[in-house]
This record gives sequence, structure tokens and C-alpha cells, in this order.
Amino acid sequence: MARKPDRKREQKRPFAQRLRIWTSRHVQNCVGALGRLWRQPFSNGMTIIVIGIALALPAALHLMVKNGSALGGRWESVVDISVYLKQGVSEQDAMRIADSILQKQEVTEVELIPADQALENFRRASGFGAALDALSDNPLPHAIVVRPDPEYASPEAVIDLGTALQEIPEADIVQQDTEWVERFHAILDVVRRGVLVAAVLLALAVLIIVGNTIRLDIENRREEIEVTKLVGATDGFIRRPFLYSGFWYGLSGALVAVLLVLASLWLLAGPVGRLAGFYGSDFELEGLGPRAYAVLLVGGAFLGWFGSWVAAARHLRRIEPT
Amino acid sequence: MIRFEQVSKRYPRGQEALSNLSFHVTPGEMVFLTGHSGAGKSTLLKLIALLERPTRGRVIVNGQNTKRLNRRRIPRFRRNIGIVFQNHKLLNDRSVYENVALPLIIDGIGRKETGRRVRAALDQVGLLGKENRVPMELSIGQQQRVGIARAVVSKPALLIADEPTGNLDPDLSVEVMRLFARFNDVGVTVVIASHDLSLVHQLGRRVLTLEEGRLAQPENTDGP
Repeated sequence: MARKPDRKREQKRPFAQRLRIWTSRHVQNCVGALGRLWRQPFSNGMTIIVIGIALALPAALHLMVKNGSALGGRWESVVDISVYLKQGVSEQDAMRIADSILQKQEVTEVELIPADQALENFRRASGFGAALDALSDNPLPHAIVVRPDPEYASPEAVIDLGTALQEIPEADIVQQDTEWVERFHAILDVVRRGVLVAAVLLALAVLIIVGNTIRLDIENRREEIEVTKLVGATDGFIRRPFLYSGFWYGLSGALVAVLLVLASLWLLAGPVGRLAGFYGSDFELEGLGPRAYAVLLVGGAFLGWFGSWVAAARHLRRIEPT
Repeated sequence: MIRFEQVSKRYPRGQEALSNLSFHVTPGEMVFLTGHSGAGKSTLLKLIALLERPTRGRVIVNGQNTKRLNRRRIPRFRRNIGIVFQNHKLLNDRSVYENVALPLIIDGIGRKETGRRVRAALDQVGLLGKENRVPMELSIGQQQRVGIARAVVSKPALLIADEPTGNLDPDLSVEVMRLFARFNDVGVTVVIASHDLSLVHQLGRRVLTLEEGRLAQPENTDGP
């Protein structure tokens, strides 16, 4: 008579078969959800555009910060560290030391200013030429100007580098304008934090948009959900198509966001180039870069999935067949 | 197959739909459930399908005490019960084939096997060849038979039906009831709620009569 119900039937299936069932279900749901999206291009398109705008805003702010710090990078010569060598170090030794500093990975550029050249510069800049001529010896030491790699331009890293340079036996005084560096980075940090807050708020907005769309979708398909529950569908089975819908909403929204960012860059590139031209600069707007685009797409898809998961968890449970 | 032990069901709004009800349906039996509307027929079927839980007492279906089945295990439990409704509950945006295949898709049966079983079920209810129709294009009697095909497609051991002939004319009603009897002949336990007494007696099976939530003749064993 009766087949033994429940778990036993499931366990009887070999793993390979269950995997096949699982895979084909996901493929079907994934494609099916995309198909449902296409069938109502107008209303779904609106939702996707709203998601796209919400995702594009933090991306645009991020671009502003990125280009701001790129512009800032042009003044970063102020983070240069000057190493004044001890009196009596020969110029050959100074050159050797400069080379060894250049070997450090934190350093992009070194410039050796030999004592003679420094004196010459000073003579020209100060106007004490005659007084200097009275000196029998050059009182100035050889100096090495070290430019840190932008990747190591954080205040801590610059201070660390300064300490390391101080340990060179021939080094006398190491000078760095860290206060200015700290201030510059503090400002950037504030802006970055602001972008982060905006990103979190807008991500929340995406969650709510997707959640609400899925909630309406669930309401519209109430009858179908009831019937599938009646014939023995699990919560997971019923939830899956909605999760894929959310996933597609998020991913399409992210694609819209990418297009919006690219369009804005394209619109701004001309005017920015002209503006930079007036200042004799060759500054160009930077794009988001492949990593940020990937984050945007993956993040969008995840937000869509998560938003629909929350909505499904809340609303599917309430629909019970009667 | 089905055992009710002192089962009572009280709805939140207060009225007692079933009171202290006990009966037993053996495997392979076909039982009619009659009584006026509001006598508790639907409630009784809902308790079997776990659409409702009893307030008191034990309901044992297919050897399982339904009290011990938590929410997560209800879907698998329901896959062993075929359910037929008065208003057939078909999905109108899907073809007859897709409607009947639904329980198999949920159970993860392969495409080939699904096709074979769906056609077999449609053949049994005399609707082979209508796979690609939409339910709306069929007559009410045919829609009801699609509902029956969906209920039997996964070969459940138990088939329950709530007023399956409620919307049908007498000829169609007899036809549908005969269909149920045929499934019973191959070993499926069948419980049908119906208020159509003449039809019920015509089929000559055991009858349980409900009156205000109680059995009218508790010792009623076999049909007339």
C-alpha cells in the first residue's frame, strides 16, 4: 500500500541525481525570472532605472573622490622628504646612498642635490652672494630629496619612511612636512567617509525598492503560490523564482548604473579637458576602473537578491492555502 | 490509512467545527463524507491535508501522527496526498500539461519521466490530446478532470476530494465519481466530501455522515 513518505524518498536518490535536479532547477528559475522581467518591459524597466540611479550615485561620488585625490596627487611633492647628509660625506657616497634609497619599494624618485649646487641655488635665491663668497668652505651638506610612492603616501607610511631614512648612518637631518600631509589626508578621509555613508543609505534604498517590487510580485502570484503549496512545494521551491527576479533586478540596475557613469564621464570629459587646458594642465578624468565596475555589478546583484530574500521571507510565509 | 482519535477543531472565531470525532479509514478504502454545509466536512479534509491543525485529539495519516510534523515537513507530507477541489484550483496562465506536471516538477522528476506520467494521468481521465490547451478553453467537467489528473499524477496513496462534483451536472457528476472509483480499484484510498446524497448512495460505498461536527452513526461500518 502506502509508500513510506517523507525523508526516505529523498535519501534514496543518489547524490549525482540530486545535484542534477538542483542544477536544472536553478538554471530554469534563472532563465525563467529573466523571461518574466522581459515580459513587462515598461514597469520593470522603471524599477531597474530607479535601482540604477540609486547605484550610480555612490559610484559617481566615488569617482569625484578618486579624481580629487588624483588632482591632489599633483601637489603631493609636498610630502617629499629631504635627507641632509652629514658634513664630510663625499659626493660619490651621497650618490651611492641615493641609489640605495631608490631601491626601497616605498620610494618612486630620488634627487641628489650636491652641496655645490645647493650653494649655487642659495646664492641665487638669497642674495647673500658676497657674504657667501667670504666663506672658505661650503657650509651646506649634500641633500637627497625622496619622493614616496603614492601608495605609501599615507601619513603613517611617510613617518615610517622618515624614521627608516633617519637610520642611515650618513644621514644628519631628515625633514618632512607631515603636518600638511596629515591634513590633506584627513580631508580626503572625511570625504571618503561621506561617500561610504551615502553608499550605505543608497544600498538600503535599493533593498527597499527591490523588496517592495518583489512584495507586489508575490501578491500578484498569490493564487499560484497557494496551489504550489497545496501540491507539496517547499518554501525554498516557492522562494527561488523570486530570488532570481531580485538578482536580475539588481544586476540590470547595476548595468544601468555603469551606463550612467560612463555617460557622465563622456559628457564631462570635454569641459574638464578645456578647463584644465586654461591652467596649462593635462589633467584627464579617470574612470572607475575594472575593480570598481566589478564591485558595482556584484554588489547590485547581491542587493537585489538580498532584498527579495527579505521580502520573500516576510510575505511568502503568510500565504497559506485554505 | 486515516485515523482520527477524539479530534476537535475550534476556529479562532469560536465556533467548534468538529467535536470529539473518531473514525478510521483503512488502506484501499473509498469513503464518502456527507452532511449539510457547515457540518465540518471541509474542516475534516483540511485536517487530513494539514491545511489546519486539530485543537484537540490525534490525526494519523499514512502512519504519521500529524502533530509531530512541523512546518518544514508539511510539503513532503502533502506530496503523498492527492487533493481535488470543488473549484479545481488550476493555474489559468499555464497549459493543461504544465498544471498536471506541477507536482512532479516540485518533486524533481526528470523531464522524460514527467512527460510519460502526465500523459498517463491525462489518459486516465480521458483528456489525452488536450495537453497544450489552457484550462479556460476546456469545459467545467474537463477542468475538474484536469484537477483530478494533477491529484493522481504523483501516484499518491491517498486521494481526498472536497465537493468534486459541486459545479457539475448529474451526468458529469456520475462520470467523475466513477473516475474516483477506478482509482480506488487500483488500491488508492479515497475520501470524498459530497452533499449529493443520491449520488453517494448510488455508488454504494461506506458513508460517514457529519452533523454539527459529530458522526451521525458512529458505528457505521460498510456501505448499504
